[in-house]
Amino acid sequence: MTQHQPFPVFSRLLHWLMAILILAMLFIGVGMVASVTDYYWLVSIHKPLGIVILVLAVIRLINRQINPPPALPADMPAWQRWVAYASHILLYVLMIALPLVGWAMLSAAGNPIVLYGAVHLPAILPHDPMLYAVLRQIHTVLALLLFALILAHFAAALLHALIFRDGVFQSMTTGRRR
Amino acid sequence: MPPDKSSRYDLSVFRNGKMLARLIGIGIIVGCSAVAFAAVAGWLSPDKLTPASFVDGFQQANGVHPGFRRNHAKGVCIAGNFASNGQGVRLSKSVIFQPGIVPVVGRFALAGGMPMMADGPKAVRSMALSFRPANGEEWRTGMNDIPVFPFPTPADFYGQMQAAMPDPATGKPDPAKMKAFVDSHPKTAQAMKAIGAKPFSSGFADASYNSLDAFRFVNKAGTVMPVRWTMAAVDPFVAQSAEQPQTGDKNYLFDALAARLKQGPVQWHLIVTIGQADDPTNDATVAWPDDREKVDVGTLTIDRIASEAKDNCRDINFDPLVLPSGIEASDDPLLSARSAVYSRSFTRRAGEDKTPSAVQIDNTAKEP
Repeated sequence: MTQHQPFPVFSRLLHWLMAILILAMLFIGVGMVASVTDYYWLVSIHKPLGIVILVLAVIRLINRQINPPPALPADMPAWQRWVAYASHILLYVLMIALPLVGWAMLSAAGNPIVLYGAVHLPAILPHDPMLYAVLRQIHTVLALLLFALILAHFAAALLHALIFRDGVFQSMTTGRRR
Repeated sequence: MPPDKSSRYDLSVFRNGKMLARLIGIGIIVGCSAVAFAAVAGWLSPDKLTPASFVDGFQQANGVHPGFRRNHAKGVCIAGNFASNGQGVRLSKSVIFQPGIVPVVGRFALAGGMPMMADGPKAVRSMALSFRPANGEEWRTGMNDIPVFPFPTPADFYGQMQAAMPDPATGKPDPAKMKAFVDSHPKTAQAMKAIGAKPFSSGFADASYNSLDAFRFVNKAGTVMPVRWTMAAVDPFVAQSAEQPQTGDKNYLFDALAARLKQGPVQWHLIVTIGQADDPTNDATVAWPDDREKVDVGTLTIDRIASEAKDNCRDINFDPLVLPSGIEASDDPLLSARSAVYSRSFTRRAGEDKTPSAVQIDNTAKEP
């Protein structure tokens, strides 16, 4: 059978680090907006963590150019390869768009974007409440979309691991060929 | 391994019972992840006290007034500066307490969610400020002219709001329900007594405004101290009469402020009270003992006033947890709640069409 190449170790590290951070981020985000007493400490993590994810996503895009991902198994049906390709593009788009929309909406709200202590980011949009209201909605919709996409990604990974058994799952975990 | 390579992606693999069981297992794992997400989001607990339910409560009590704050709805914009005298440097490393002048914008308002309500002797007055030092940081604070806050926790605040909800039959709150709430909440009863014992001032300019919540100041050496603060009026205190003036002016408090500002700037001293180890920082219903050290860290000068409008205080969320380095939240549960609920109120009103505010300032000469 086709031997499936693993991802380079650095790519795998980036993937799993971001998986943990993005999942934490989504749970923090959806939890904080529904919380009264835990809102502040959660939002204090949410903002700087969003910027960390944005930076990591950019690093990941650059890494992808240096270390291209291995090809999918040659015998995978074309439609599955297309779904994999499209969903990965959408994952990248969302992991970059969500922090940018968050940053933009805080700018439009006229709020300082505090990272830590006196360290803060500049506004990237003018102070405009109506613009904030729209971006705030978009932030929620994109976050829910990202979570749904991650669930689909997770389900697909498990399909590869347990049912297709084609080495695609291992290419992002142990790196062992099977 | 399937005998035919191309068949491992084929639906026919699920004819194998083991594979079908695995597929169901995957469905369960992914489904549980979705349920966990829904649980954290509060979608499975509709009775949870959320920022949205708080704002809904304000809307239920006051009606929906699009474009206006859900509480402290009636207000006017102000601007001026804060002149730090340097006495605060030993308390907090914030650049705001370095000797010098920091621009300030702000808002005077009446507590309550009705933007067109008439000024009256019983309305709590608030001063909200945004300090804007040159380094790009910001300090926002919202203060009230009462000595303590009536509720120790957000849940109590919400409970009182529900108890005071207008009865659909009479259009007025049920006094029996409100009394029952106070009777079952001794901290609120005690705080109401303290609030009732202190006379209100005749206007905005001669009122002093309290942070109510405790915060933490952190100085350059890293020393953390619990603090509360007061904007103490320089204008001499004049107790208000218990009756509303019979002039028919629904904005008499705001109009008096505008008239006072025409005569010249109005000033307050920022007095920081330093708590001791035993002073509660998580209970805004309890005043700290009078003998605590108080430090006058500078003077607030307000010299401009304007109606709420685009790009002025109308569009600022005076979230008390927008803090510069050197000022931190305490363990007071009201602080996080204020931050969360103000944010939800801001999000709602930001997306609504705006109508002119009740307080209109004739301002041909001075613009903030």
